[in-house]
Amino acid sequence: MSETAVGGAGASAEEAPTVSVTIDGVAVSARPGELVIEAAERAGVFVPRFCYHPRMDPVGVCRMCLVEISGPRGFSLQPSCYVRVADGQEVRTSSEKARKAQEGVLEFLLVNHPLDCPVCDKGGECPLQDQALTHGPGDTRFVEEKRHWAKPIEISPLVYLDRERCIQCSRCTRFADEVAGEALIDFAFRGDAIEVATFPSRPFSSYFSGNTVQICPVGALTAAPYRFASRPWDLEQVETTCTSCAVGCRIVAQSSAGKLVRYLGVDADPVNQSWLCDRGRYGFEANGEGRVSSPSRRKGEGHEAIRWPEALRQVAGALQAAAAAGEGRVGVLGGARLTNEDAYAWAKLARTVLRTDHVDAQLDDGLPAATVLGLPRATIDEAVHARLVVTLAGDLREELPVLYLRLRRALAHDGLAVLECSSVPQALSAEGATRVGYLPGEVARLVGALTGDAEPGEVPGADRSGVVTARRMLAAAAAGGATRGEGVVVVLGRPNLAEPAVGYAEAAALLHAALPGARFLPALRRGNVHGALEMGLAPGVLPGRVGLEEGRAWYESAWGNLPGATGRGARELLEAAAAGELDVLVLLGADPLADLPDPDLARRALEGVGSVVAVASHWDASSSAAQLVLPAAAADERSGSTTNLEGRVTRVAQKVVPPGTAWPAWTIAVALAAEMGDDLGFDNLETLSAEIERVAPSQRGIDLDVLGRPAHRDGLVAPIAAVGVRVGRRGPRLIDPIATPGIASVEEQGAPLVVGDAVALGGQPAGIAGAGPTGSRPPLLGPPASSVPATAPRLDAYSLRLVVGRTLYDRGTLVAASPSLAPLRPEATVRVHPSVLERLGVRDGEPVRVTGPGGAVELAASADEAVARDLAVATARLGTGERPGIESLVAGEGPIDVRLETI
Amino acid sequence: MAHLDDETRRKALATVALYPERRSALIPLCHLAQAQDGWLTPEAMEDIAELVGVTPAEVRGTATFYDMLHTEPVGRYVVAVCTNIACMLSGAYETLEHAEERLGVHVGQTTEDGMFTLEDAECLAGCDKAPCIQVNHRFFGPVDPPALDRLVDDLASGALDEVVPPHGVLCRVERTVGLEAAGAAGVPAAEEAP
Repeated sequence: MSETAVGGAGASAEEAPTVSVTIDGVAVSARPGELVIEAAERAGVFVPRFCYHPRMDPVGVCRMCLVEISGPRGFSLQPSCYVRVADGQEVRTSSEKARKAQEGVLEFLLVNHPLDCPVCDKGGECPLQDQALTHGPGDTRFVEEKRHWAKPIEISPLVYLDRERCIQCSRCTRFADEVAGEALIDFAFRGDAIEVATFPSRPFSSYFSGNTVQICPVGALTAAPYRFASRPWDLEQVETTCTSCAVGCRIVAQSSAGKLVRYLGVDADPVNQSWLCDRGRYGFEANGEGRVSSPSRRKGEGHEAIRWPEALRQVAGALQAAAAAGEGRVGVLGGARLTNEDAYAWAKLARTVLRTDHVDAQLDDGLPAATVLGLPRATIDEAVHARLVVTLAGDLREELPVLYLRLRRALAHDGLAVLECSSVPQALSAEGATRVGYLPGEVARLVGALTGDAEPGEVPGADRSGVVTARRMLAAAAAGGATRGEGVVVVLGRPNLAEPAVGYAEAAALLHAALPGARFLPALRRGNVHGALEMGLAPGVLPGRVGLEEGRAWYESAWGNLPGATGRGARELLEAAAAGELDVLVLLGADPLADLPDPDLARRALEGVGSVVAVASHWDASSSAAQLVLPAAAADERSGSTTNLEGRVTRVAQKVVPPGTAWPAWTIAVALAAEMGDDLGFDNLETLSAEIERVAPSQRGIDLDVLGRPAHRDGLVAPIAAVGVRVGRRGPRLIDPIATPGIASVEEQGAPLVVGDAVALGGQPAGIAGAGPTGSRPPLLGPPASSVPATAPRLDAYSLRLVVGRTLYDRGTLVAASPSLAPLRPEATVRVHPSVLERLGVRDGEPVRVTGPGGAVELAASADEAVARDLAVATARLGTGERPGIESLVAGEGPIDVRLETI
Repeated sequence: MAHLDDETRRKALATVALYPERRSALIPLCHLAQAQDGWLTPEAMEDIAELVGVTPAEVRGTATFYDMLHTEPVGRYVVAVCTNIACMLSGAYETLEHAEERLGVHVGQTTEDGMFTLEDAECLAGCDKAPCIQVNHRFFGPVDPPALDRLVDDLASGALDEVVPPHGVLCRVERTVGLEAAGAAGVPAAEEAP
């Protein structure tokens, strides 16, 4: 699909301005339909404002932006955030009348606003403070008592409300309603009694509540983790990318006295458009808790700290012995928390020094790497402007919240057509997406029925009319483009851990075969899992989306000898480890004991392997069980780049120093190679990044230097050649201190802008010497071929098919280590249709025993009308971890059927 | 604390069906719920939210905006004294002060026996009877302090039961034309609102 063919805001942004207006005596060309305040801002005229936010619909309630606008009856005062430009319009923003109006509004806003700026978190970065100075009368005539209210009110565990400071701009209530789609807060009462309020029994427990704090133009909403943590003038900040999930939201990380205190969302047009989820926003707290701060060796039940040279000697000794014993005696698991540079260094170390292809960044909970890397990739902008978005993934609200936010906005606001294929109804269908169901294990059959030429057969778990509707939607959307399927974007993930990934790979292959023009957004959720796959941390895959065999000649000339055979994926690797076929298992930030869908296998593997080496930032279950632990720097403690689910590469920056003697993971790889008498060929980040650009085919033209240029702050989508024109750009990115208070000056990253900002493709990147690979670049991985879908076994009448999904706040390291997020973890339950509980004679909330082939667990039962009668729905990684959770039932291949029993 | 009972729920569904947008039925449903309990209980607001497809916070936001909708329990009789200009000039404040003394409560409060809630009100559109009073939305006037005493006595003794229905009842005879028609056409049609 050519990028310019994408419709919507993207295309209109390219149109030439056609409306001429006069603003303060200067002729300005404005875009048709643009708001006066936007046109003025582009022309360099700032109009004061509070309620206006560039990412929400205008309401014109605060009246601060009153300006004189000419009309049929001469000039009149009108809110410039609400009036759209018209040809020949004349606007006066600083006339006597406009100034008087603005001063009057400001005086009124301050009537009841407490003058507690010295103790207010917003003081120093407050739009009200700033605009009172620039556009206020400078004095007040109000001598009466201001209103007083109890404060602060905890409207959720994360958000506190100070009603006295509220100026009723309605940014927070509009965000909750318009953007997040959950109006859990609204104005109550009227006149001088008006207040933002929740419903008494319903706290503001939204995954997106932190955004209301970010956009509040006064100190009325404050976030529990940042209350009184710092003053704005003590903050240092750097622009970076959030790596708590694979969306890759652009943020600024702010620190005070060497400690991270706050994340704010940056208005990156193609990605997060200034929004963040609360897990991303407050997950930084995990940086300070439970860290591995020095190399450690197991001693008895605990670990003793050792020095780096000793640790490197011991690890290298174990690895050298394993490598000498033959190929494939070492396994490397994890890497989704690393930077791209870390991942590349470890991929190279594993292949060339450790002589193994047993590397996997996923823990048997994602999709095959060849599927993820081989399918034509879509961007988020393409998805929100698509003819049809098909989701075949876990609940995006739980797994990739900001992607959900963008799709929801497009669905609810811009009429995007969304087809949700899901076993259990998800958040998008609750917002109006068309849904078609299927029984776990039958996903390929469903896709076959949706795309096949023949009249669709019966699909288990799907009702016939739903299949027909979905088929019609897909056919209509697919026929719209030049290539069949053009304009269709498929969000492909792994919704159910108790269902084999191969079904989704087959479904994707079928979709691609039927709709060659369709593009895919792989919905894997771990932070930099896409970067890790892109950098070759997957069996049979080399850096830059190249297969082991296709890339052998190229990489042997660049790297030296490669392993002969394709390695094992996480599950087979751990099975081999359990069988004693592995000498060393290296965990790159992976915690298989907690994260593998089959924890029993992880336990057996860690016991069966010769030695376990953990390169870890946190003490988690697996690093605590390792013989040797090497401390690694975590997010915001090292520089580099990261790759999101679009394949977009952005820079991550260092803001604080790692604890103790922790190193970035790539330096650990370099040091281990050196200890083993080898040389990885780079010893600083620049040469490492340049080598990736030179060697990895999908990364041509992308290195840290290029990413550091201001024009590429929102990153570059790899491979560059496949993406012609950027979509949806609204012009140069503005850091708007009124839209996002506290973000006024983001430190520049990397080199300053050079003349001629285009990225040069081909040719040798300047300034970096070194032997390059010889021969022609290997081709990128292509889409997998489709096969005949396997059929799942039939479900017997007494069993329920298991769905194991995920939730945003689970027992993962990031959430568990964050003091603000850990208490938000929900109770572990098993959701079933009420009739199932009736049949058992169990009431809602009572415990039941869930028995499957892999064992039995006890969970509280929860009746849910939305769950089909033949399903049992549970969420992985909940509970305390002391008793086995639902994930202990996940074992082997194929869908899992369970029975419910009373206790 | 009461959810909507079956009868109210039936009327509510029929009301929702009258509007092209479910949300438009929000205020009529608040009146139905208030007719049931005399005030809007939190449970009723949650029910209404579900019926019209908004959040409970939005129902509360709307309900608290209007003085005629009560989100706190009220007495059996809600006595609203008009204090706008016509009534004020005719002695509304004397009546109001006297009412405070007589009932032993301030404006906005309910007597301990749960009989009376006293309110001051903006113009009730009863200027011909100034100073004018509404009791459970029924007009009385002109009401000077002695008339107020008589009114309170009559209400307390039940002599006005025929005239003044329980609080929240807007019309004793419901205009059921639209409701019945919508009910006959199949109430759940409202679920399909676009």
